[in-house]
Amino acid sequence: MRRLLFPCMAVLLLCSAIAAQMGGELRFCIPSEPNTFNPLLPQEVSSGTIIYLTGGVLLRVNRITQMAEPELATSWQVLDGGKRIHFQLREGLKFSDGTPFSAEDVAYTMQKLMDPELHSPTGDAFRSGEGKVTTRILSPLAVDIVFPAMVANLAKLFDTVPMLSSRSPQKDMAALGPFYVAEHKAGLYILLKRNPYYWKKDSSGKQLPYLDAVRLEIELNKEIEALRFSRGEVQMITSLQPDIFEKLASQNAAQVQDAGVSSYTEFLWFNLAPTSPIAAYKRVWFTSTGFRRAVSEAINRADMARIVFHGHAQPAVGAVSPANKFWFNAKLKPHPYDPDSALRRLRQDGFRLENGALRDQSGNEVEFSIMTVANNHARESMAAMIQQDLKKIGIKVNVVSLDFHAVIERIGETFNYEACLLGLLYSDLDPNGVMNVWLSSESDHQWNPRQKSPATGWETEIDRLMRAQASSGDERLRKQYWDRVQEIAWEQEPFIYLVDKNALVAISPKVKNAHPSALHPQTFWNAEHLKLEPSDH
Amino acid sequence: MKNVRIAAIAVLVVAMGAALGANYIAPASYEQQFRESPSASPSAQHLLGTDDLGRDRFARLLHGARVSLVLAPLAAAISTVLAAFFGGMAGYFGGWMERWALTVVDLFLSIPWLFLLISVRAVLPLNISPQASVVVTFLLLGFLGWAASARIICAGTRDMMKSEFVALARATGFSGVKLVRLHVLPNLRGTLLAQFWISVPVFIITEANLSALGLGVSEPLPSLGSLLRELQNVVTLRPEPWIFVPLAVLIVVVSCFQILLNRLSMERSSSERTSIERPGAPA
Repeated sequence: MRRLLFPCMAVLLLCSAIAAQMGGELRFCIPSEPNTFNPLLPQEVSSGTIIYLTGGVLLRVNRITQMAEPELATSWQVLDGGKRIHFQLREGLKFSDGTPFSAEDVAYTMQKLMDPELHSPTGDAFRSGEGKVTTRILSPLAVDIVFPAMVANLAKLFDTVPMLSSRSPQKDMAALGPFYVAEHKAGLYILLKRNPYYWKKDSSGKQLPYLDAVRLEIELNKEIEALRFSRGEVQMITSLQPDIFEKLASQNAAQVQDAGVSSYTEFLWFNLAPTSPIAAYKRVWFTSTGFRRAVSEAINRADMARIVFHGHAQPAVGAVSPANKFWFNAKLKPHPYDPDSALRRLRQDGFRLENGALRDQSGNEVEFSIMTVANNHARESMAAMIQQDLKKIGIKVNVVSLDFHAVIERIGETFNYEACLLGLLYSDLDPNGVMNVWLSSESDHQWNPRQKSPATGWETEIDRLMRAQASSGDERLRKQYWDRVQEIAWEQEPFIYLVDKNALVAISPKVKNAHPSALHPQTFWNAEHLKLEPSDH
Repeated sequence: MKNVRIAAIAVLVVAMGAALGANYIAPASYEQQFRESPSASPSAQHLLGTDDLGRDRFARLLHGARVSLVLAPLAAAISTVLAAFFGGMAGYFGGWMERWALTVVDLFLSIPWLFLLISVRAVLPLNISPQASVVVTFLLLGFLGWAASARIICAGTRDMMKSEFVALARATGFSGVKLVRLHVLPNLRGTLLAQFWISVPVFIITEANLSALGLGVSEPLPSLGSLLRELQNVVTLRPEPWIFVPLAVLIVVVSCFQILLNRLSMERSSSERTSIERPGAPA
C-alpha cells in the first residue's frame, strides 16, 4: 500500500502543478480609462489594449516575424489586383457568449466598419476610392469582400479589424479573442476573463489561453507603475522610460528587456507654411535645404541616444525605422555629426559666423525657437542638447515647452511657431499608413500642410511616388517607390529625424512564454500563450 | 525667539548673497553640458554632482536660487501694490465702489489660476530668451496674484475709515490725498508688509509648480522650481540624496520668510492692541 502511495502523491502533485500553470490572473497597467469598448473604434492605448486582448481577427501579423498568420480565417487570397479579398473561415467558432461565428458576422462587421457615421480610423484605412464596400457571402464559411478601388496591403489591414457578432445579445461585447470584458470599475481596473469558447489550442491540444484573467489597472503615473512592478503588484510594463528601465535593471536585470529598436521616432521640423506669421527672413532660412541639412549635421544624435535615452535608442535614419524589417531602406545611414560640414553648408547659403553668432546675408542673427510638449522630460532634454549643439555653430535656440493642446493648435491651425520637436509611433508598418503625412495636400503634412499644389519639386515627386505605391499591387515595385521617398526625405530633411527609441519592457520572471517584440503591443502580443508561475495565482 | 529671527535673517542674507554672486562662486556655467559625465555623483569638480545632461548641479542651484529669490520679491511687490490699490480704493470709498471691486476680486479668486497661467503662457510669443521668459513668468504671477491680498487690505481700510481718528482728521478738513498719505497708508503698512512677505514664498512655490509642469522657466535657465522637477521620479527612489538639496534650500528659504512674517504679525498685533488701548491715537 505504502509503495503505491508515493507514486500516487507524485502524480497528484504533478497534476496540481499543471493545473496551476493553466490559471492565474495577469496584472498590468493601462494609462487611462478606455475611451470606448467599441472594437472598431480604438482611439488610444487603453482601448487599443482591451480590443487587442478581446478581439478576434481574421488574420494576425506576428509581431516578431511581421508576417500575417491565420486566425479566424484559415486562408485568404487577394484578388482582382487588390480590389477583392477572399476569406475561408475556420469551422465551429463561437463568441464568448456561445453565439456561433459565420460569414454573416464578417459581412456585418464590414458594414459597421465602413459606416461613415462611425468615423472609425480602422475603417478609414480601407477607403481607397468612391463607392461602397460590398461583402458576398459564398457559404457560412466563405466570404468575399469587394472594394471600389485597389487597397494596398489589403490582407494585413485585417489585423486591426475585430469581428463583431450580428446575432449575439451582447452585441459588441461578445468576443472572439482569448479574453472578454467581465468587469469594469471606473477609474480602477478592467477585468478580462478567459473566453471559454476560444478556439486556439497549444501544441499538446490544451485550450488556450492559459491565464484565467487579465486585470488592467488604470495608472497614469509611470513612476508609480514601476513601483508597483517592483512590489510585484503588476507583472508587466509595456513601455518603460529609459531611466526607470535602468533603475529596474539595477534591482534585477532578468526582469527588464530591451526588445531592440522600435518604430517610435523623435524628430524636429521647421515651419515652412507660407501663411505662418513668422518673419520673412526666417522663412527663407527654413525653406533652404542647405540650412536644414546644416542644422541636422550639427546635432549630435549619438550623444542624444546615449545621454537622454541611456543608450536605449539609435540615431534615426529617416522616415522608416529599422524595426520595420521589410520597408526600411537599408541603403540610408544616419546623418553624421559634423559641425564643420554644417558651417560649410551655411557659408554656401550666404551665412557667416561673427563673434560666435551666425548671421544671414542681410545681417540678421540666426535665432529660432523650438516648441515642444511640456512635462515630457526626454523631449525637453533633447531640446536642451540641440540648443547646446547649435550654439557651437552660432545659432541661438530658445526652447519653449507648452501644454499639449497649445502645441497641437499651433502646428495644426495657427501655424504660429518656428520649429517643433515631437515624436511619432508608426504603428502601421505599411507606407499606406503614412499617406496622411507625406502627401502635400494632407493636414498631417506637418511642415507645410494642406497645400493646393506641391510647393517644391521634391514634394511633387513624393506625391507622385506615394500615389504610385498606393495604386500598385506589386510589393517589389511599392518597395522601390517607398525607398525613393525615404531617399528624398533623407536629402531634403523636411523632418530632421533624431533618434529611434528602443522598445523597453519589464516582465516579471514569473510570467512565462513572454517574447517581447519591438512592435506594439510589445509584451502581450501573444497573450493567449502567457503563463504565470503558481505562486502568482 | 530673537536668536531664531537673527538666524533666519542670516540664512536669507547668505542665500541671497550666494545667489547674487553665482557668477563668481559657481564652478561652471549653469548651461554647460559635461556630456561625458551625466548624472555624476558629487566630486571635487562637481560639488553636488551633475544632472541628467551632465550640467553642474551646484552651479544650477546658485543660479536657480538667484532667479527665484530676486524675481519672487519683485512679483510680490507688484501684487502688493495692485492689492493696495484695489483693496484700498474699495475700503476707502465703500458703497458701489467696494461692491464692484470685491466682485472683481471674487472673479480673480474663482479663476483656476494654474490654468489661467498656462493659457496666458501659451499665447505669449515663443521666441523670447529664457531670461525674458522667466521675467514674464514672475510678472504674470505678480499681476494675477493680488486678489486675496486685496480682500484683506479692503477689510483693513474699511475698518480704519470707521475709526475715530479718521473721523477726527476729516472733521479737521483733511483732503482725501492727505488722509491717505498721513493716516491710511501708515496704518496699513503692517498689513501691506505682511501681504508682501506672504506673497514671496507663495510665488516661489507657484513658480516651482509651473516649472514642475514644464511651464515656468525655459531651458537652459534654472530656477528652484525647475530643479525640483528631478524629484518627480523619486518614487522609483533614486538613492542620490544630493538631488534633494534644491528642495532643502526651498524649505529653508520659505521657513525663514515665515519666521520673519510671524514676527511682523506679532508686532502688528501688539501695535493694534496699543492703538485700542489709546483710542483716537494713530497706530
